[in-house]
Amino acid sequence: MSDLQRYDEQSDAAGTSRRRFLTYLVAAPTLAVAVQYGLLDGVAEAVVPTQPQPADNFDLGDFLILAGKSTEDKLIVIEVDKAGKVHCALPREEVGQGITTSVAMLIAEEMDLPLASVTVTLAPARPELQYNQITGGSNTIRSVYGPTRTAAAAAKARLIAAAAERTGVPRARLQMRDGDVVGGGHSIAIGDLTEAAASPRLAGVTVAVKDPSTFTLVGKPTNRKDARAMVTGQQKYTNDLEPVPGLLRAMVRRPPTINGTVKAILNEAAIKKMPGIRGLAIIPTGVAVLADTFGQALDGKEALEVSWNPGTVDAEDNKSILSKLKALNAPLGPALGTVVEGEFDFAFVNHAPMETITAIADIKADHGTVWAGMKMPIVAAQFIEDDLGFARGSMTAIVTQGGGSFGRRLFFDGALEAARISKAVGKPVKLMWTRVDDMRHGRARAASHHLVRATITGNDVVRFEHHVASVETDWRHGLGEIMTANGAAFGDPSVVPISAGGDATFSQSVFGSTVKSPYNLGPTTQMLNEANLVMHTGAWRSVYSANTRGAEEIIVDEVAKALGKDPVAFRIEYAKDPRYAAVIKKCAELGSWGKAMPTGFAQGFGFHAEYKSCSAYLVEIDARDPMKPRVIKAAIVGDYGRPINPRGLESQLLGGLTDAISTTLRAGLHIDKGLALEGSYSQFHFARQKDAPREVKIHIMPPTTGDPGGAGELGVPAAVGAVANAYARATHTKPRSFPIIFPVDFTPFTKGTGSTRVQPR
Amino acid sequence: MPQYSFTLNGKTVQVDAPGDLSVLWALRDKLGVTGPKYGCGINVCKACTSHLDGKAFNPCVTNLRDVAGKQVTTIEGLADGDNLHPVQEAWLEQDVAQCGYCQPGQIMAAVALLKRTKNPTDEEIDAIENVCRCGSYFRIREAIKAAAAKMATPVAGPATGGANGIPDVAPEQLPATGLDAKTAAVGAAALGAAAVTALLRDDALAAED
Repeated sequence: MSDLQRYDEQSDAAGTSRRRFLTYLVAAPTLAVAVQYGLLDGVAEAVVPTQPQPADNFDLGDFLILAGKSTEDKLIVIEVDKAGKVHCALPREEVGQGITTSVAMLIAEEMDLPLASVTVTLAPARPELQYNQITGGSNTIRSVYGPTRTAAAAAKARLIAAAAERTGVPRARLQMRDGDVVGGGHSIAIGDLTEAAASPRLAGVTVAVKDPSTFTLVGKPTNRKDARAMVTGQQKYTNDLEPVPGLLRAMVRRPPTINGTVKAILNEAAIKKMPGIRGLAIIPTGVAVLADTFGQALDGKEALEVSWNPGTVDAEDNKSILSKLKALNAPLGPALGTVVEGEFDFAFVNHAPMETITAIADIKADHGTVWAGMKMPIVAAQFIEDDLGFARGSMTAIVTQGGGSFGRRLFFDGALEAARISKAVGKPVKLMWTRVDDMRHGRARAASHHLVRATITGNDVVRFEHHVASVETDWRHGLGEIMTANGAAFGDPSVVPISAGGDATFSQSVFGSTVKSPYNLGPTTQMLNEANLVMHTGAWRSVYSANTRGAEEIIVDEVAKALGKDPVAFRIEYAKDPRYAAVIKKCAELGSWGKAMPTGFAQGFGFHAEYKSCSAYLVEIDARDPMKPRVIKAAIVGDYGRPINPRGLESQLLGGLTDAISTTLRAGLHIDKGLALEGSYSQFHFARQKDAPREVKIHIMPPTTGDPGGAGELGVPAAVGAVANAYARATHTKPRSFPIIFPVDFTPFTKGTGSTRVQPR
Repeated sequence: MPQYSFTLNGKTVQVDAPGDLSVLWALRDKLGVTGPKYGCGINVCKACTSHLDGKAFNPCVTNLRDVAGKQVTTIEGLADGDNLHPVQEAWLEQDVAQCGYCQPGQIMAAVALLKRTKNPTDEEIDAIENVCRCGSYFRIREAIKAAAAKMATPVAGPATGGANGIPDVAPEQLPATGLDAKTAAVGAAALGAAAVTALLRDDALAAED
């Protein structure tokens, strides 16, 4: 089934150590990427046949798995130490998804070990993996499920073979149990077998992964392995690390408009006299201030007087950007018959992870190391090498656990900036962005404009069209490797227009491989046009789908109403896949769909399918005051094909709900004269406890397809639909512009001064 | 440079720094105590929430000089050695944390709330302003209620919580953090027993290499 090779310990990027005795590279079994033509089976006759869309058959996750195919045999390395502990340095990034727990579960399951015996850490950049060190597209579990099980099964097979050699008991009569190989009256701890198991003599051992129907741990709700460290304050994020002595604290004074550049520092001498200040450096993105503490760096940053060159969008504001999007969006053409249609727009939304962009860099004359939460560490290292004029392979990129991401850490802006500062000052530095800078100069989900139309003939929907115009989403991180990254001027204000560099193809590929309608609504068109504005954007949890599918879920409710049908019954009738119908039904039951609600209250429903998974949300909203709505209850159902850790999947669905409550009702950015007005959580209204429902029920469907689908991003689009539809029903309005409640209800921090500080009490 | 002295997680510490340095950076950059997190610096995200003389406070907007002579408790000082505070236990049982970054502040806010009222209402829980960008609010609510129930009916075992029983730590047990020895020693002394145990465990592992 698989080829086993002795893993060459010398080639291990993390270095060798005497604790490692059993390390393999295992050729994983082929992961089938089948085109599923059977999707129309079981569809009600009345529904107009709808051709499968690209993302029905082959989605972004399939593409990423295919791109990683050539390096799949190197992906997962399992190590067993003499104490019988099993280690795996996962070449993915943990930012809260719980992937280290899920991967530990897969290993423990396959090796019949207690979960506590398995430790999963984060691997540094491993350039030999090429396109296979990406944490994105909800693809971690999909891409590591096969390789992890195979590697663990191989390790187990070697241990059993070693025990068979030692005891003379045939392999078939030996098994693993709680960290021991047992059988024939023998019991040997695996830690005592590691050296023998690593022997080349055992290279031909047959490896078979478990039949999933025999799983006892995988599929069982399991709490996070790293939770204790988190609740005791011991979990280390980048800012908590001191990996090298003498780290100077660095902050960057940034321009008054996006992509502005430094003309001159006007008070350098005065700043250098301030307490704790150790130096200044001009970098492409601003002026770095170095100090002993971040508090002092912040004082220095704010006291700086700098003159600036203009940025790239100085004249733009939300209104002008929306005008550009409207002008760009392709009109839908003349209506043929009865139509239900809507024109929607969505504001920019900051990623706003709790841990602002933070990175450590130690740059020497011709090599260096960076530490940061990085979802694509290979391209980060390679880009920094090019930027600093270093040879390929001279940068080490250490991946740290991140305090949230939501897409933000696909980019490595912090690592690049820290590396530039460290090189400029010749000292190791720890860089932290302030919250205000993270809001105003960090990345955001691109603003978008939507034209959606369903055409009705008789009692049926016969055509569905959706034209999207969006500010460009920056994809210059590519597939995580420099060959696919398009970033000659990445991180610099003088950026080349993205689509001019061929990036539009990338956008279209992602759009086409992620966005699909889950319903048979007749011939379906979904298309994307991107406006060329040089701003800081990036994929935001569920990428195009939150807005695109969110808007469609609103129209679906309106179509159902036009046809005199119940919104849930309509979705079940028109669902492309029986799995979808089952999830919709289950959610309607869980949330008691259709129950009587007092005036000002309403239920709302939303559904979404992507990455071989699907989810439905039913929320109840209190919108008695339409300006102060609150989602008070939610019922959520997810079908993941094969759930690995239902407890973690519930967390992701809960997070998706909070994202949707925030971005649908109140959270967005007002661009004004080339910079966001919002500067902190007091202004960017991400939900807090008072905005969250007091009652949430979540159900994870038992295995349906047998293979795990995507999880991290799945919830957002369905939840956006549910929240918007609940608001519409409660207030008898048709929400079209998001967030719905979006006044500038704050005094913005002064632009350009960087002044963000409230006088300490 | 002025020197300020206060009690941190049961131990007296001294910091050489300007009086207007915020307590957050005194803790993190001078003392190496990193449980309280930076999230905004202006007391709107509450990620740094800790306790000052037993009440919730936000180190990011509190001057060092204003805690002189007072008792500061951070998340590191909440557990009694390896015995977690009931709120921490409830957090584990409800599997609250996702990225985990806001959770030290959330927990310290919850502990402060439960000190004020044994059975907080939903409205009182709503009043906790700490941002959780991962959106774990419902589980936070459930954990607070579970902790309240736990604290109302004490079970067998020593997990009573509170900043107590912090042992002395010898400087040689400290991690190499790049801080100077004196401040590192002071900082690590404030880390609490659980942290020290973890450090010792790491040392033991390192010794095997």
